[in-house]
Amino acid sequence: MTAVNEAKTTVTVTIDGKSIEARPGELLIKVAQDNGIYIPRFCWHERMKPVGMCRMCLVEVDGIRGFPPACTMPVSEAMVCHTDTDSVKAAQDGVLELLLINHPLDCPVCDRGGECPLQDTTLAFGPVESRFVEEKRHFEKPIAISDLVLLDRERCIQCARCTRFADEIAGDPLISFVDRGDHTQVLNFPDDPFSSYFSGNVVQICPVGALTAKPYRFKARPWDLATVETSCTTCAVHCRGAVQSSSNQIVRLLGVDSEPVNQGWLCDKGRFGYEHVHSAARVLTPRVGGREASWPQALDAAVAELKSAKNLHGGGAIAMIGGASGTNESAYAWARLTKGVIGTDNVDAQLGDGIAAEVVLGSDRAQISDLDNAAAIVLCAGDLKEELPVLFLRVKRAALELGVPLVDLSAAPHGLSKYVTHALGAAPGEQGLVAEQLASAIGGATPANETIAAATRSIGSREGNIVVILGRTSLAERDDTVVSAAAALGALPRVRFLSALRRSNVHGALEAGLAPGFLPGRVSLDSGRVHFTSNWGSVPAERGLGTEGILRACAEGKIHVLVLVGADPLADFPDRSLAKQALDTVGVVIAIDAFETPSNRRAKVFMPCTLWAEQGGTVTNLEGRVQRVSRKVSASGLALDDWRIASELAQRMGSDFDLETVDEITEEFSRVAPAWAGASTATIRNARDGVVLPFADHLGEVVFRRGGSSLDIEYSLSWEPIRADGDDVAVEASDVDETAEIDRTIATEDALTLFVWDRVVAPRSIPQRDAYALRVNVGRKLYDGGRIVAESPSLVGLKKAPTMLVSSADAARLGVLSGESVKATSSRGSITVELKAARGIAPGTASLGFSADGTGASELIDASVSVTDIRVETLR
Amino acid sequence: MTDTKKIEVRETRIVTRRLHDVVDAWKYENARADGAYQIWADVLRKGDAADLLAQVKASGLRGRGGANFPTAIKWESLPADVFPRYLVINGDEGEPSTFKDREIIEKDPHALVEGVCIEAFACGINKAFIYLRGEFALGYDRVVNAVKEASANGWVGENIQGSGFSLDIVVHRGAGAYICGEESALIESLEGKRGMPRIKPPLPIHSGVYAKPTVVNNVETASTLTHIIKMGGAEYAKLGVGRSTGTRVAAISGHIKNPGIYEIEFGMTFREIIFELCGGLRDDKELKFFLPGGASFQWLVNCDEHLDQVYDIDDITAKLGTTLGSGAIMVYDQSTDPVLVAWRLAKFYAHESCGKCTPCREGTGWIEKILYRMSHGQGRPTDMELLLSMSANVSPDVLRAPFTQTTICPLGPSPVSAVASLEKYFRAEVDAACSGGRPGIAVNVRVNS
Repeated sequence: MTAVNEAKTTVTVTIDGKSIEARPGELLIKVAQDNGIYIPRFCWHERMKPVGMCRMCLVEVDGIRGFPPACTMPVSEAMVCHTDTDSVKAAQDGVLELLLINHPLDCPVCDRGGECPLQDTTLAFGPVESRFVEEKRHFEKPIAISDLVLLDRERCIQCARCTRFADEIAGDPLISFVDRGDHTQVLNFPDDPFSSYFSGNVVQICPVGALTAKPYRFKARPWDLATVETSCTTCAVHCRGAVQSSSNQIVRLLGVDSEPVNQGWLCDKGRFGYEHVHSAARVLTPRVGGREASWPQALDAAVAELKSAKNLHGGGAIAMIGGASGTNESAYAWARLTKGVIGTDNVDAQLGDGIAAEVVLGSDRAQISDLDNAAAIVLCAGDLKEELPVLFLRVKRAALELGVPLVDLSAAPHGLSKYVTHALGAAPGEQGLVAEQLASAIGGATPANETIAAATRSIGSREGNIVVILGRTSLAERDDTVVSAAAALGALPRVRFLSALRRSNVHGALEAGLAPGFLPGRVSLDSGRVHFTSNWGSVPAERGLGTEGILRACAEGKIHVLVLVGADPLADFPDRSLAKQALDTVGVVIAIDAFETPSNRRAKVFMPCTLWAEQGGTVTNLEGRVQRVSRKVSASGLALDDWRIASELAQRMGSDFDLETVDEITEEFSRVAPAWAGASTATIRNARDGVVLPFADHLGEVVFRRGGSSLDIEYSLSWEPIRADGDDVAVEASDVDETAEIDRTIATEDALTLFVWDRVVAPRSIPQRDAYALRVNVGRKLYDGGRIVAESPSLVGLKKAPTMLVSSADAARLGVLSGESVKATSSRGSITVELKAARGIAPGTASLGFSADGTGASELIDASVSVTDIRVETLR
Repeated sequence: MTDTKKIEVRETRIVTRRLHDVVDAWKYENARADGAYQIWADVLRKGDAADLLAQVKASGLRGRGGANFPTAIKWESLPADVFPRYLVINGDEGEPSTFKDREIIEKDPHALVEGVCIEAFACGINKAFIYLRGEFALGYDRVVNAVKEASANGWVGENIQGSGFSLDIVVHRGAGAYICGEESALIESLEGKRGMPRIKPPLPIHSGVYAKPTVVNNVETASTLTHIIKMGGAEYAKLGVGRSTGTRVAAISGHIKNPGIYEIEFGMTFREIIFELCGGLRDDKELKFFLPGGASFQWLVNCDEHLDQVYDIDDITAKLGTTLGSGAIMVYDQSTDPVLVAWRLAKFYAHESCGKCTPCREGTGWIEKILYRMSHGQGRPTDMELLLSMSANVSPDVLRAPFTQTTICPLGPSPVSAVASLEKYFRAEVDAACSGGRPGIAVNVRVNS
């Protein structure tokens, strides 16, 4: 199909006398827009299929009777189109007049007033006054169609943007048109709210004030808002957004269309989670021994503990968990502090809920956009809809719209289940085994079964790479099943991996060396030793422990000081009992956090840090894309950026980083970290869609902003996918040459090579399952008990108690009714949970949601066991 | 009665013969005794689909749903080698005053089923849908029953009469929306979605039901096919006038002595139809105006030019700018208030607008509200100018016929035809209606408008 299109190359069309080259089949409205001719529109949205409903884009095309809408008219050779004749203007005027007759014109009290496309279009194209003297249509003023979104049907102009988004993009067709004629209205179904994870997007793309979001309603007027482009760091996708504030309070986050990342969409947790920044529960003052203290007191107290532990027991007696929630610069500063100054390699940005850093950093990587034209997408991860919602949208689109086969290794039903082409039906803990079967079938061996044969055939029939989305499939299993799956699949020639680690800037933290055995820039401790010793003074002698090892060592009394940087092991570590034991035993906890958590409640020293939108810098998403995040509001209370805390601690430890600003860290990072070689603050700042690591390999892809580095955005464009500038230019030759030169020097200096995983895995065996037990798959939910949800008033109510899903056969066997509470017992502990019989789950398997508030599934999991089996009994 | 005799002489009953002549023709044994399925059996025996196309082409048959598109050309436009393909019979007859298909559906469903079989065979289609208007409760029962009986007797189903040809017929009942008579909205509804017209292209013939090539035909069109094959296309083409070949079943109603369906050979004049075929106006009152083609097109009035107009698809459009539409003729006598008629028609369209595109959704409602005021003593002097000017938002060049449109489908401009007719022929009545209003006061406050 592409071949045919390429053969036809372009067609020439004439719009308002201007001769334009366009791709055949492209829509007239888009061709005009790309060439500076704006045809007014309401229903058409670049990311959705055209419907031709609002008729605002009526134009004249020579040879066609009447007024065809430009949004449904594909361009063809020699087409001549007029968008500004008197008759076109009369037609457009007429449509606007009709749109306004039943519109309440309550602009003064409407949240959209000032940034309303209907207002703007009326001013630009519409009639001056209304001739409508009849009674307008009336509906009950705003009705809540979900917990987050309100609908005012009087203001609605029936453009179907929201209903199409819900159906086409989100896959949640929960709102629809009802009634006819001028009483046509958008509604949810009775007793079935519009509870989509993506509901906030319909508020943004609504061309009037019909849809409003609870968090922003009546909070501000658009002309009072200050806006800056940034990335959302709620999960690891890092959707581009525009954060808006008024009076130093964040009031809104809007999605910005970044083709390689989020295509304009945000999930509701990301969109509304900004509320947690202003939570009253924030800790705003440093504390020592539970009492408020000054910064010098807190820093001195922390350094005293660190020094004494180091002097008495060596650097290895100190461990750090966390660092994934801040910026790359913070992660780098903490890596330099722990590995270069304190001298410990017991550092881990993950909380035992991810996958080994070797696999993430050392495998061939895919980009998000590779999903669109992949030979196949292999799902070997948790539920993307719950963990990485906007990545879920991209995978769904690839499978549904672009025809990419979806091969599923999941053990439990998930958000993408209904789009899966080949469900390989792996049982919990057996993803590695099934992946090996799949890999050998793709490699040419006889397929183990018909499903694998079918998957192999459909992969074999397509060009492109096989993108494996690799994440922790279940928190109730050790990561070794995923690691062996990665080893098996990674041996195939066409396979690229897209990491599905979910936590905020975890990829930036790993790239910065916040993992045992690694140094910044994707180099191993051993290969980077010489280089970093010369830059930092020293590096740890031996590979240290990951989070599980750290907690075990704490519990055994081998670690004396535990530093928690935005980490809450009691809530997030899968094995709660081990985390509890560790925190009860360890001598000193030093916490850097914005909130008091069960894990840091007993901290000897508590240092408050800034949060998203209070700190600037760069972040790295799951494909390795480095983008800027912007500071929009000033720090709350006495909170400091994480990097500054690290830098102050280092200075008091006797090692001055001499790093005063974020930019200076970025520059140092680029100078010393191999994967960052070639980066500069200027490049990152000016790259419209960021730069993918390693820089040297991807500089050619960078699209630079025209007109410098400004991230300021016109607020009035919020209903279209917003962009700071419409005119993008390709990389200029001078940029490439300059950066390429820097690259060569760093890469050759110390014979540094980027880490490559050798795919060696220890042999593993899966324990036999006894006939009475259920093997449990534990996955995270979007609205969990984590800080962002718990501290955002709009989101906290959306949290649901976890339920356990089993097959109806198992429910019948257990004699339990769907919806009944049961007691689930593992070798570790037992919990009471509601049980539900569900489709798509194999007998013998149970699926349980993980609630990140330290209750529930984490009571059942033993981190030292490869799978978790449970017995279920009724409470009757 | 002498009148009845005259009717028998002047009607040319081809499609409607059986439903008039055979008692309970809807029962299989009665229809079969009258020759039902004989042509279908012949067609199967010959097995020559190309000949069917040739006959239909020779017959000059044009779609009887109102768009008058040549049936053979539709068949020929089917993309070759794309299967499955579907046949959809449009039985969603919902236009005010139109009831011709209903008679066939209720009284002679086997004629429809036989026509469907022949058409499916001609087009290489193995699955046909008969979409019936939701309100046709009796019709639905009868068609379902007819399909059942046809299956039981081996005329529909797997390997029909040992020919190797299979046909499955699904009878689907609509949910009561007029818009579903528009073919793409009908397809949406058939697929289980809200009935709203699709953007064209693609046309259903290229991408219809389940995005597969789909032939959509009216009930009368399909029922006519049997007779064309029976008579031979050339013989059928001898009936009628010009490119309007054959007969048309007209539903005639209003202030008329003998309302009902009449199968008319093209070429008759309206004077003959109204005053001879139907026996003239009720109580022999004087004719005021009549709607020559259903509710959606411009009206004609009591003048020689209009009454002597020949019943001919192309001629009426060329000369008078209106069309024969859905085959309904509504007759009004001198006691009628044309403004009230226009309002009632507009109310129908405002109620039935599907709400998809702006000009129709908002425009039909606005037209209705103005006409309501005018016809209920609250007209204002400026109302007619406003009506004409705002109607141009829906149908530019308001008075032009056939109309142009800013809408997706022709529903929106339909009430504009009534507005245009008022302006053309009844300006005096309009001015009278517009003089009673009180300017500056919004009076159109109604419950359940």
